[in-house]
Amino acid sequence: MGLGRGTFQENYGQDMAIIRTRRQWGLLLAFFLILLAYPLVATDRQLTIITMIGIAIISVHGLNILTGYCGQISMGHVGFMAVGAYVSAILTAKLGWSFWAALPCAAMGAGVVGLIFGLPSLKIRGFYLIMATIAAHFIIIWLILQLRDLTGGADGMPVPKPRLGNFVFDSKASYYYLVMATAFLSTVLAVNIVRTRAGRAFVAIRDNDLAAEVMGVNLFSYKLQAFFIGCVYAGVAGVLMVHYYGFASVDQFPFIDSVWYLGMLIVGGMGSIPGAILGALALKLLDELVTMVGPILSAAIAAQAAASLALISRGLVIMLFLIFEPRGLDHRWEMVKAYFRLWPFSRQEAE
Amino acid sequence: MTFFLQLAATGFALGMVYALVAIGFVIILKCSNAFNIAQGHFVMIGGYLGYTFLVLFGLPIWATLILAVVSAIIMGLIIERLALRPLVGQSELAIIMMTIALSTVLEGLATLIWGGEYKTYHGLLPTITLKVGQISVPPESLIGLMVSVVTVTLLLLLFRYTKIGLAMRATAEDLQVVQSVGIRATTIYAVSWVIASVVGVIGGILLGGVSGVMIPLAEIGLKAFAVVLLGGVNSIGGAIVAGIILGVLENVAAGYLDPLLPGGGLAQIFPFIIMLIVLIFKPHGLFGLVRIERI
Repeated sequence: MGLGRGTFQENYGQDMAIIRTRRQWGLLLAFFLILLAYPLVATDRQLTIITMIGIAIISVHGLNILTGYCGQISMGHVGFMAVGAYVSAILTAKLGWSFWAALPCAAMGAGVVGLIFGLPSLKIRGFYLIMATIAAHFIIIWLILQLRDLTGGADGMPVPKPRLGNFVFDSKASYYYLVMATAFLSTVLAVNIVRTRAGRAFVAIRDNDLAAEVMGVNLFSYKLQAFFIGCVYAGVAGVLMVHYYGFASVDQFPFIDSVWYLGMLIVGGMGSIPGAILGALALKLLDELVTMVGPILSAAIAAQAAASLALISRGLVIMLFLIFEPRGLDHRWEMVKAYFRLWPFSRQEAE
Repeated sequence: MTFFLQLAATGFALGMVYALVAIGFVIILKCSNAFNIAQGHFVMIGGYLGYTFLVLFGLPIWATLILAVVSAIIMGLIIERLALRPLVGQSELAIIMMTIALSTVLEGLATLIWGGEYKTYHGLLPTITLKVGQISVPPESLIGLMVSVVTVTLLLLLFRYTKIGLAMRATAEDLQVVQSVGIRATTIYAVSWVIASVVGVIGGILLGGVSGVMIPLAEIGLKAFAVVLLGGVNSIGGAIVAGIILGVLENVAAGYLDPLLPGGGLAQIFPFIIMLIVLIFKPHGLFGLVRIERI
């Protein structure tokens, strides 16, 4: 994190603090005020978009801890979201639990299923792990479709909106606050998880798991921890998603979304908490841009052109980032900051 | 017994097509150490190319094959040059992500060009009917079987008896040594992508003739991954054996178990179950090399 000139750390506490200067406090406060005031000025559609971005951020944080920090590439992330979503849906709709009791149970449920599919990760990595997690996705979705009595199968099932006392989160603005609060908490949690002993073990495993093991990192335990944490995040995101729609269906969890979550990590920057947020923001906004521009471009062409345009643009953005900025938006942003801090010597230094 | 043999025969022919798709994957992996997630999308493109040349242009089968192979060569070269070459030396994850992004771009392009609708050219491929006792082998599958056998034989000959084949095997073994004796690794990479693309497209034309073409045809790639894992990721022979095993197993299991399950659809997830079992108990597959790692 780049601090300006004249900022010194005088004790260990200051050095470990996440927010270190007055200006950072001020910016954070301003950011919160903007977030709080946003529903006052936003249209319904904009609120929906930003709520979805919030849910994506929660999910990508999980994937970031698992993939970005621990190096365990997962393409079954959406499958684990579906587990969380359906556990919560069954608990609230069939058993009449409150949302607030179902949420932690659903998160744990997703985490436990993640653990099961994370078991092979001790032996395998890279491509093999991708295959295992893809398999996880399809098996989970197949099971949801098979357990028709419990999940409604292909028809899906209605899910009640969360309520707090007499207050029901059924307006877009109230749900926005719920998602934003959860996204904020999950960000704080993620920032702190990666600073702990476990977080540093994850990075060691990512960089070279054999070397990490030789140094005394318990591979088995930490890889499974990473899977558990990542899938708990996915579970929470899945829960928020189905309760937002008031309906749970396997169509909300298509396999391709797992690809987009990985894409968000690439675009934002692997192994960086701000990167996860930036990536989710960037790809979701790109989608919106395409939906806005698409009809203008393709008024003459078929309606399907818009859908294919979204696929192509997202794919191309990920490709371009891989070629030109593999470290993602977060790194680019740090470079911009360094440029201004070092000016007029930035030309040489920032490279 | 007849039921079983019928299922097995259909599965065998299907398995050869799986093997064909899987071989494209193995070749890229062997020669350029890239896991090509987009291999299934080559197949889908191949199906659409077959539809375009056979139905839209009304060309005969031999002209279709030539044109499709030429298109596949161009596609392979473009992909290797623009997408993969800039990534030489980057991490495995970057290359995997690149092929994933590539697969979505191909999917988008196919939707844009062909509208993403279901197209068929059933009956336009030549057919041979074969009956052994009471078991009839589906004619399209038989053609698929023959083309697969020819392609696989050609590839094996290429690898064994030609200079470029030798160079490709050597590149798979040790990139640095190969470069130091004056073999251009970039050429080898390009050739491997071209072969994978051609093999995928041929598989696509065959499959398209049997089941029709649509975007989800690309999911054959996922089945091919199961084949690759079962056979061992760097063994062409393994891919063939595993392709046949998986094709037969899948067909037989679906034939016997689907009526017992409420939702059915076991054939769709069968490869994934096999995949998980292989990954847990024998991650290097039946014929794969076990790599010894040093820190």
